[in-house]
Amino acid sequence: MKSIADIKAIRDKMQAQIVLRDNQDAEQETRIVVGMATCGISAGARPVFNTLVDEVAQRNLKNVKVTRSGCLGMCALEPIVEVFVPGQEKVTYVHIDPDKARNIIASHIVNGNICTEYMITKG
Amino acid sequence: MREIALNILDIVENSVKAGASLITVTVVCKDNLLGVEIGDNGCGMDEEFAARVLDPFTTTRTTRKVGMGLPLFKMAAEMAGGGLSLVTKKGVGTTVKATFVADHIDRAPLGDLGETMSTLLDDERDFVLTVETEKGKYVFDTRDLKRELDGISVTEPEITVFVRDMIRENINAIGGNLL
Repeated sequence: MKSIADIKAIRDKMQAQIVLRDNQDAEQETRIVVGMATCGISAGARPVFNTLVDEVAQRNLKNVKVTRSGCLGMCALEPIVEVFVPGQEKVTYVHIDPDKARNIIASHIVNGNICTEYMITKG
Repeated sequence: MREIALNILDIVENSVKAGASLITVTVVCKDNLLGVEIGDNGCGMDEEFAARVLDPFTTTRTTRKVGMGLPLFKMAAEMAGGGLSLVTKKGVGTTVKATFVADHIDRAPLGDLGETMSTLLDDERDFVLTVETEKGKYVFDTRDLKRELDGISVTEPEITVFVRDMIRENINAIGGNLL
């Protein structure tokens, strides 16, 4: 069974990478923000958050952070995921589930192609 | 909310917003009674706010006039033959405690506390998760984790995934996955 002491191996491996990353501009970080208020949680934001974290860890993506935010005021559109890529306009995805979250990582974060089908549509 | 662990995530977010530096989540299941307690050392509430905080039309958020977190948790507990109590003091902190009759047909499953905790991990504040069943007790303290990490952020995806799997394994070992 895993215990906190097992984290040492991961820590030692990461320490080398972190030094490299800290030398880069902190503003180069891509942020993926998941709405995590009551509305988001009840709509399924927690599995979405965990899928995003899983994908980022598995693909070993550098300079990508997954964080939470509160209610954005569009509760009916939850789970909502916002992607902030440095130097680009914010992209807001709505009604996200774990499958869509995997697609966002593959298309948007890795390949730079925005998943327009998950964005809010006008009217 | 399909799982009690989702209610817990939601209530802990209140503690986060209250500026707490230490948040404790305690789940005890003994003698057919499931108790869930969330305590924090955040800003607390004054008496006037505490008196109406269980009303869905009370909220601190500014985007909407309803706040469903505590009312939903209270409903989940009352549906399962239990109840919810709240102790708070301005400037000291807040403790929310819900009880459920464990074998009540309308009790939601406890759910995945590993995922709830991994979602909450944060460098700014600490969590102590305690799960106790008739088969044993598991305690996870992020202060122990941070000591081992030696400056590396707990929000690094690789760390988050490790912590989630570790909590799941340990809770399963004491039968927490069956709750």
